[in-house]
Amino acid sequence: MTTVAVKPATMAQALGRALRDAMTDDPTVHVMGEDVGALGGVFRVTDGLAKEFGEDRVTDTPLAEAGILGTAVGMAMYGLRPVVEMQFDAFAYPAFEQLISHVAKMRNRTRGAMPLPLTVRVPYGGGIGGVEHHSDSSEAYYMATPGLHVVTPATVADAYGLLREAIASDDPVVFLEPKRLYWSKDSWNPDEPQAVEPIGRAVVRRPGRSATLITYGPSVPVCLEAADAARAEGWDLEVVDLRSLVPFDDETVAASVRRTGRAVVVHESGGYGGPGGEIAARVTERCFHHLEAPVLRVAGFDIPYPPPMLERHHLPGVDRILDAVARLQWEAQS
Amino acid sequence: MTVMEQRGAYRPTPPPAWQPRTDPAPLLPDALPHRVLGTRAADRADPDLLRRLYAELVRGRRYNAQATALTKQGRLAVYPSSTGQEACEVAAALVLEERDWLFPSYRDTLAAVARGLDPVQALTLLRGDRHTGYDPHEHRIAPLCTPLATQLPHAVGLAHAARLKGDDVVALALVGDGGTSEGDFHEALNFAAVWQAPVVFLVQNNGFAISVPLAKQTAAPSLAHKAVGYGMPGRLVDGNDAAAVHEVLGEAIARARAGLGPTLVEAVTYRMEAHTNADDDKRYREDAEVEAWRAHDPIALLERELTERGLLDEDGMRAVREDAEAMAADLRERMNQDPVLDPMDLFAHVYARPTTHLLEQEAQLRAELDAEARHHDDDADAQSHEPEGTTR
Ligand SMILES: Cc1ncc(C[n+]2csc(CCOP(=O)(O)OP(=O)(O)O)c2C)c(N)n1
Ligand SMILES: [Mg+2]
Repeated sequence: MTTVAVKPATMAQALGRALRDAMTDDPTVHVMGEDVGALGGVFRVTDGLAKEFGEDRVTDTPLAEAGILGTAVGMAMYGLRPVVEMQFDAFAYPAFEQLISHVAKMRNRTRGAMPLPLTVRVPYGGGIGGVEHHSDSSEAYYMATPGLHVVTPATVADAYGLLREAIASDDPVVFLEPKRLYWSKDSWNPDEPQAVEPIGRAVVRRPGRSATLITYGPSVPVCLEAADAARAEGWDLEVVDLRSLVPFDDETVAASVRRTGRAVVVHESGGYGGPGGEIAARVTERCFHHLEAPVLRVAGFDIPYPPPMLERHHLPGVDRILDAVARLQWEAQS
Repeated sequence: MTVMEQRGAYRPTPPPAWQPRTDPAPLLPDALPHRVLGTRAADRADPDLLRRLYAELVRGRRYNAQATALTKQGRLAVYPSSTGQEACEVAAALVLEERDWLFPSYRDTLAAVARGLDPVQALTLLRGDRHTGYDPHEHRIAPLCTPLATQLPHAVGLAHAARLKGDDVVALALVGDGGTSEGDFHEALNFAAVWQAPVVFLVQNNGFAISVPLAKQTAAPSLAHKAVGYGMPGRLVDGNDAAAVHEVLGEAIARARAGLGPTLVEAVTYRMEAHTNADDDKRYREDAEVEAWRAHDPIALLERELTERGLLDEDGMRAVREDAEAMAADLRERMNQDPVLDPMDLFAHVYARPTTHLLEQEAQLRAELDAEARHHDDDADAQSHEPEGTTR
């Protein structure tokens, strides 16, 4: 841990730094996607990479997501480690067939002879005032696909560390970047050695005793805010940041819920068929005798993502989280 | 200036921001499929190559017949036969160098076998014991691909990667006429042309996508014409003329090797059998149509050439047939053995680093198998302790 005050960096900068360091360390790492070259990506994550590494390694591809991922598969077959950028969550859908039928299955189909160590970066989630098709939370689709790892950072330091891990991983990783945290800042020093944890470890972002908020990605700061506000109500909330949806860290999550006895899962993705159902089931299976109340979910409504002028009503916010916490059967306690 | 020369020089300088190319002629396919056998061009063909193609065609036909027979004996779950299309399959295999890569579809097990893959390994997908029965790196044959046209961008990516590494490697990707309607076909050809990737696309136009004839698939003058729109040459070839397919593919591969980019080759052929053994082609085509194609059989075409020019005598042909029979007998015998499967293999290759929930499920299956095994032991015990003379 650093004690020197460092210049704040944004999550987008940390992601860019991770790409740059990975490309420097490993000549097989290639970045490809729409506008990733001269422009540096629509979110500027790949800013400067084309200049530094050249167009052969940082490639503005034709505008076709299935083609981008499909050719990345072929490149990985030949021993490269492509990092693909999908421009937005909803524009990754054309690449679904390649992702599901090939990226996720190739290791299995070839009995380990042809692993595909590629990373698919997908900016996801709402809260940035994006017009239609720019705010989807698509993690449930990826989570439901065996063969993929699904990772999502919530802090600047994790953005760097997890992306480095994802690129280094021999499994294909869908790396979900919370759009509205791209510009979040942290005093993170890129020039220090990074304590990078392997993919698959959740972390307690805020310790507490009353109940656990289980969350990830864009909802982590919202839950931390809710935990601060909950103090006024006399609740001391613990916040667990999952960091990785696949693999899932049952150990950290269950340990937290056993301590607190109550849990709420919070995410932007729709609740019905969403990640929260799986998480609630896993918690219940492991912590049933420690639970004082059913595990609740605070999720986006089960609607197509709304127009931006209405999105604040859709996204799980502090009040909705606190309402759920209030419903955790406190009266039964005394 | 030809179109291919224009494309490298093109730089958008406003105004106008973009200029249409004026001369697509060098990219256009000929009006009629290219032929070698029975034409003057055959005189230039290498006799050894013709004999090799012939031997492989006969083996290929026999392989198709044997695999179809294995479906009737329940030894294969399904078989999409390439009977009638052997010239394409065999030429595709023989035209490649060892270091090159082949990207086959489900119908192309013959191409894989002709490239040197063990037929049993080629057939595990269709037997149902392993999705891919071989290590793709061993013969540089990508896994047999079932989702139509999705293997094409892989071929482009692999060829592109090889070129970036400075390796002299060409990828040859096989696809059917129906597959050309898929988005992945379009995207793959576009990427290949933009990147000038050393890749060749061979469309086997066998007239049908299961039951749907080509006329319902496209309004293009030919499938080879589609190349022009991507800025690559299209070639039309008689897909039952093994020498012609070999020649056209050879030229396309030489172009790719020389850094001149991709080529689209359409081979006009015909699927002599139903889509698979599970299909009923009487529902959508006339016997007469199939019969008409028998007169243009790939083996007969080549046999006539070899005989007329005295390149292969009756003894030579008998030797070829015997070799094919021996291959079929060996395949039959080995396919008549039940594959030995380990259920724990279900979990063996899902991840490099398995998830915890997968490890739990693996343990669950292990426990189920152990319990099953104990049951078997108990049953066996019980049986051996039964008093003599008991009837069961
Ligand atoms: C994406 C996709 N859609 C549908 C199918 C089902 N299917 C298998 S083969 C086939 C016909 C393909 O025709 P064609 O491309 O001409 O190849 P052929 O079978 O004639 O060799 C269809 C529709 C599939 N395998 N993949
Ligand atoms: Mg067809």
